[in-house]
Amino acid sequence: MSLTREQVEKIATLARVELAADVTTEVTENMSRIIDFFDTLNDVDTDGVAPMAHPLDMTQRLRADEVSEHNERDKFQQSSAQTEGGLYLVPKVIE
Amino acid sequence: MSWEIVIGLEVHAQLATRSKIFSGSSTTYGAEPNTQASLVDLGFPGVLPVLNEEAVRMAVLFGLAVNATIDQRSIFARKNYFYPDLPKGYQISQFESPIVAGGEITIDVGEDQKQTKTIHLTRAHLEEDAGKSMHEEFDKHTGIDLNRAGIPLLEIVSEPDMRSAREAVAYLKKIHALVQYLGICDGNMQEGSFRCDANVSIRPSGQKELGTRTELKNLNSFRFIERAINVEVERHIDVIESGNAIIQQTRLYDPDKNQTRAMRSKEEANDYRYFPDPDLLPVVIEDALIEQLRQQLPELPDARRTRYENELGLSSYDAEVLTNSKSHSDYFEALCATIGDQTKLCANWVIGELSAALNKDGLDPQQSNVSPDALAGLLARIVDNTVSGSMAKDVFVAMWQGEGSADDVIDAKGLRQISDPEAIATLIKQVMGNHPDQLGQYRDGKDKLFGFFVGKVMQAAGGKANPAQVNQLLKTLLNENS
Repeated sequence: MSLTREQVEKIATLARVELAADVTTEVTENMSRIIDFFDTLNDVDTDGVAPMAHPLDMTQRLRADEVSEHNERDKFQQSSAQTEGGLYLVPKVIE
Repeated sequence: MSWEIVIGLEVHAQLATRSKIFSGSSTTYGAEPNTQASLVDLGFPGVLPVLNEEAVRMAVLFGLAVNATIDQRSIFARKNYFYPDLPKGYQISQFESPIVAGGEITIDVGEDQKQTKTIHLTRAHLEEDAGKSMHEEFDKHTGIDLNRAGIPLLEIVSEPDMRSAREAVAYLKKIHALVQYLGICDGNMQEGSFRCDANVSIRPSGQKELGTRTELKNLNSFRFIERAINVEVERHIDVIESGNAIIQQTRLYDPDKNQTRAMRSKEEANDYRYFPDPDLLPVVIEDALIEQLRQQLPELPDARRTRYENELGLSSYDAEVLTNSKSHSDYFEALCATIGDQTKLCANWVIGELSAALNKDGLDPQQSNVSPDALAGLLARIVDNTVSGSMAKDVFVAMWQGEGSADDVIDAKGLRQISDPEAIATLIKQVMGNHPDQLGQYRDGKDKLFGFFVGKVMQAAGGKANPAQVNQLLKTLLNENS
């Protein structure tokens, strides 16, 4: 198996995903199979092939530097749990 | 043991675009919270970032100005971490293929600042700024303002080439001046448009490999940066010399206590799992655009400084002080253009009285109470001997306080200098007549009394007599008939 249980648990922590203890083994197996599948690429000679950054063979269109958005704070804040004085409130973050 | 200090800097310069890097929200500073935060900035699902052309142009301009390589196929990546001021859960940044690679900056070093040293840049890449967190306002909550989220940043990363806090500040000042000359950043450190993190480590002199570094965050003035680095270096030396090891971590500088404290352990936070952002295609920068931008490069600080020395005949010191700030330098040029052929006088006034007045009121030259035209009006009165240099300083203070033009103030205060030789001669003769004893002693060879007569004449003139003329006429008249 290419992934260890500890690696999967670390990835879950970093992604803020809670994994129940009884599914961790299954998830580790499944993720390992995905990683192993990509190992197929190791059989291909990729010397001189640039890493692909995007599946589409296109380039980024750029936007003119113009302000096109206006203030819709009241509307947007309707989907927020708590706001005050225009600020979004979140549980206290202590540095 | 003697230690070598090793410093590398990361500068975050907010680019002076009208709209954000990936959305059409305004970037104006100081707006009501969250009134400049669109769905893209808020990280709503289903939105797509679209790259701002001007941010790309500004990054390329910077790269050209520091002789860097422009990556003509640049890639954006997601830097993943969780913090409430980053609603998407990732910051769009660049990892592989940053837009600007390499480059260099020359700084003055040594006691007399006569030697130069090249500081190499690692890279400069585009990314989006995060929002702001307010921790103090609420008891149980943190308030989040996302107006800043998505403002374009150019992160400029140096190699660990600096060997003292002083070199670090010299480098920063160079970058600070450069981005303002290029017009790509307003350089306002108080408002956070120009921010700096410093990576600091020490190693025994002569050792090749680097020591463990700590990162000092968000140093928002040149003075604090120098002090923060020095105090952190002392801490490194203390820790190592007492037999302990430096832990790699991020630290905050507390200017009140003049000490640094650990912010968070970097090990976990450092696992950013960068990967190319599928929402953004590779950015291709054509040769034609690079050439067009190269043509647009303005005169840069180093070139301007050389011109001030070689063509205007200013001292190296004056040239450096003036060109350190584009706005001071622009003011100086406007002043010279108005008055003509008085570069040294103009330089002295911009570096002296004007800068002092601006500093006192916390103003930028563009906000000066006395415009270049108005100051030229005053300098013209020095040149034509209407006022002396020291009287002009009083006139300047009055002008600064809004009492009108130089001529208005000179007339209102009756400061017009007496430069009519006959009027001055009359005054001198009066003084001589009133002090026959001193006159006799002077004529008997007591030369030191010359100063006494100068003082008495100036007093009689209410300080308004032209000092050079007083000296000259006094010499003639005192020695007459003797």
